[in-house]
Amino acid sequence: MSDIAERVKNIVVDHLGVEASKVTENASFIDDLGADSLDTVELVMAFEEEFGVEISDDAAEKILTVKDAIDYIQSQQG
Amino acid sequence: MFDLTGKFALVTGASGGIGQSIAKQLAAAGAKVGLSGTRVEALEAVKAEIGEGAFVLPANLATAEGAEQLVRDAEAAMGQVDILVNNAGLTRDTLAMRMKDEDWDTVLDVNLTAAFRLSRAVMRGMMKRRWGRIIGITSIVGVTGNPGQTNYAASKAGMIGMSKSLAQELASRGITVNCVAPGFIDTPMTHVLSDDQKTRLLGGIPAGRLGTPEDIAASVVYLASEEAAYMTGQTLHVNGGMAMI
Repeated sequence: MSDIAERVKNIVVDHLGVEASKVTENASFIDDLGADSLDTVELVMAFEEEFGVEISDDAAEKILTVKDAIDYIQSQQG
Repeated sequence: MFDLTGKFALVTGASGGIGQSIAKQLAAAGAKVGLSGTRVEALEAVKAEIGEGAFVLPANLATAEGAEQLVRDAEAAMGQVDILVNNAGLTRDTLAMRMKDEDWDTVLDVNLTAAFRLSRAVMRGMMKRRWGRIIGITSIVGVTGNPGQTNYAASKAGMIGMSKSLAQELASRGITVNCVAPGFIDTPMTHVLSDDQKTRLLGGIPAGRLGTPEDIAASVVYLASEEAAYMTGQTLHVNGGMAMI
């Protein structure tokens, strides 16, 4: 597993207080991990802080799953 | 009556009549208090009265940078902000026909925009800790209007609408957002009124007197307390009955 994926998952586990085993790449923040809209905003802000990237509102709207987040951050850092 | 031990409060406009009373009563209830304002000497005097647990945090809230710097300074001095009291406010009274853009902008910038920026800057920490209190000092004129105060009344009405929206966004995180709306309070801001104006004013106040800063501060302490956890998006009108809304 890539370093980015590991860090993204750690943030999700830490922030949403869910078990690490549930944070699979295809897990949806809202449908599978119990996040509400405010949680998703907080997650995006946590990703921005951790990876030093800026995630626009348009981009943030499309980050629905753990994989979406990993892919987006990889594309910004690539 | 209410225990705020272990809480950290930031009060803007803390050298003014109402602001310093709020700061003192929050401190008396056990909170550590950051005193923000533009007049450092006056802030130092308030700090001296409170004693330990008060921090002087000068700030110019007319700019975005000033507001954001204040929250950084407060967090550096106290570690965190649990209670934000947006009390800083100024007036530039004149009839609308004669009001300059500058009079309008200055009042909106300091009274409303700064309150938004400060709220935005403190809410992240509050969300993480699942506890917070954001309290806006608005005014009766924000609800009733007042000739000569289109700018001030708009800023105060804006604060009420902003607080209701914030309250809805943040309620699930244990953060409440409320306002206190003073009527006519005996402070330097109302000392400029003539005796004739005061006499007429008192005729419209069933309580028969001007309010005191302490009357306002008591409401703020309540809204900051654990006991007020279920109250959010509300405006407490503290005005001796001059307007019952």
